[in-house]
Amino acid sequence: MSTLILLLLTGLGLAGLYFLVSSGLSLVFGLADVLNFAHGLFLSVGAYATWWAATHLPGAGSEGPGFLLAVVVGVVAGAAVASIVELVLIRPLYRRTIQQVLVTVGLSLAGVALLQAVWGADARPFPRPAWTSRVTTIGGAAVPNSSLLLAAVAVVVLAALLAFLRFTRVGLVIRAGVEDRAMVAALGIDVRKAFTLVFAVGGAAAALAGILAGVHFTTVSPGQGTSLLIFGFIVVVIGGMGSITGTAWAAVAVGVLQQFVNYYSAGLGDICVVALLALVLLVRPQGLAGVVGGARA
Amino acid sequence: MSHDRGISSRTSGRLTRARLRPFVPLVVLAVFAALPYSSLSIPVLFDGPLNSPGSLQVLAICLVFGALALGYDLLFGRTGLLSFGHALYFAAGGYGMVILVNRTDWPLWMVTLLAVTGTAALAALLGAVALRTKGIAFAMVTLAFAQIGAITVGRNVGRATGGEEGLTLDWRRLPEPLVGVVNTVNRYWIALALVAIVAFVAHRVADSPAGRVLAAVRDDDRRVDVLGLSPYRYRLFAFVIAGALAGLTGVVYALLVGGVSPHITDSSLTLSVLVMVVLGGPGTRWGPLLGGAAYAFLDNRLGAVGTSETVKHLPSVLAGPLSQPLFILGAIFVLAVYFFPGGLAGLARRLSPLQRVLAPRSVKAQT
Repeated sequence: MSTLILLLLTGLGLAGLYFLVSSGLSLVFGLADVLNFAHGLFLSVGAYATWWAATHLPGAGSEGPGFLLAVVVGVVAGAAVASIVELVLIRPLYRRTIQQVLVTVGLSLAGVALLQAVWGADARPFPRPAWTSRVTTIGGAAVPNSSLLLAAVAVVVLAALLAFLRFTRVGLVIRAGVEDRAMVAALGIDVRKAFTLVFAVGGAAAALAGILAGVHFTTVSPGQGTSLLIFGFIVVVIGGMGSITGTAWAAVAVGVLQQFVNYYSAGLGDICVVALLALVLLVRPQGLAGVVGGARA
Repeated sequence: MSHDRGISSRTSGRLTRARLRPFVPLVVLAVFAALPYSSLSIPVLFDGPLNSPGSLQVLAICLVFGALALGYDLLFGRTGLLSFGHALYFAAGGYGMVILVNRTDWPLWMVTLLAVTGTAALAALLGAVALRTKGIAFAMVTLAFAQIGAITVGRNVGRATGGEEGLTLDWRRLPEPLVGVVNTVNRYWIALALVAIVAFVAHRVADSPAGRVLAAVRDDDRRVDVLGLSPYRYRLFAFVIAGALAGLTGVVYALLVGGVSPHITDSSLTLSVLVMVVLGGPGTRWGPLLGGAAYAFLDNRLGAVGTSETVKHLPSVLAGPLSQPLFILGAIFVLAVYFFPGGLAGLARRLSPLQRVLAPRSVKAQT
């Protein structure tokens, strides 16, 4: 029983991480049709900015309020880089989807190489509050606090995103844009501003994912973002692109499945996740929530 | 009068050029086949003379990546399929070849045949599932499949793949003429033959009636559907052919570098292939080959530049990024997407206004 609880809770922690990675991807894809390969770069930028702030910025550190400040620095850096990328690189290629994908591919290659040039290719120990490395006993299972933190942050971000999309005017524009961008533009609303905002929000969520991945895996390395990004893509496809709730369900399914299978046979978890992807595509090509996917090219 | 003659001689010149055109690739092939007999030194581009083993090895690697890009273009440029999993088939060919050579006594031609058909079967199986999606979703699904390949290789399932360290080709089991530094030239010729085979197959497919359908699928698949042809089948056909070509390229690559390492299963290799094709010019006859070779060459040389003395003396703000070939290549790629959408192959057409401006002057200078 305690093993079951442990696997479930750590699986939910993993799901939280996947949700943070893929929520931005899903929104950006739903609104702008951009498959953003540079998303992994935003993750790394957030993690490195926090790592840098915790060691260099006065007032910031790896404990308590100081760590919170470092996290804020990381999130702001992720959002800033994402907005700059959108404004400078993505916007001039408006509506040319393949070129946009190519630009983000080039950016992810160059960006990771740049991080490597500045901070080296080796993994570095990530600053983290001492309590994240302890465990909490829940129902007889010793659950790592970092897993609980990931799940809790993901729930908060999910609630915030849903509230933002439902109750604000910009959220309304974004939801309408995902449904039918041409119609929104025809009504005289500047959808491009919403693009930039979605990129910034996605970048901030990605940066948060990068930081929490650093806390969870205890290290940060330039390639970390890219390897997490692939699971982000899988979650986005399973969830149905452009749907936040679909992404959340898919993240839970992928995270818990991976954790359970990996417990019983090490290494098979990742393969099971891709098998799940293949299964979903065969049965429901449009994904769980089914906004886009196979139906539209 | 003289004016007329000028025009007619110019048009007849153009006609002869058009007639000679099909033979240009053969001439280039002959020149490359004869390169090992030249002891020419090109100072900045190569460290030694052209026929030194080092230079031939670099050239052979460039040819292999050119072939890989040309095969991938059958998917991306010709059929409009954005696959992010091409590294899987390249790695399948390479790993298949090394494992079969090291563990069996089969002759090399049989090993090659098995590796290529195995890769084609893998492509058919995975393609049948992945092609149920289109566009961006297809890209993600192929990426996920390739990632499974990378994980399987990295985990060293059944001790078959050597895990992180990869596999070394057991040279004692290879035919004598393919072994050792002295015989680099023979491996270079094999790489050249690979390019010829891949170019022949890719162009044969692109020029066939099926190739026309592939172009139609790329441009408007609903219309193909209405005409009674199945876009799915043609896409799968292109996917399997491209997979088999990548498998063959992987076999030659493993032979060339004497083994395989897990980095060829990595998604970044697929991204690099995409960069090669776009730099060269997607959907053109020779652009991808050129782009692949140029990319591999730059990757090789920029690594040398990055550790050279000139760069080391630069301030660290510049020296750091410049020592990373991928940073420079990524930056070139982003610029190319903006300023040279047609790639290297489109460069001639883009420069043609310039040529037209310059041409009359040269005629005047002659008269």
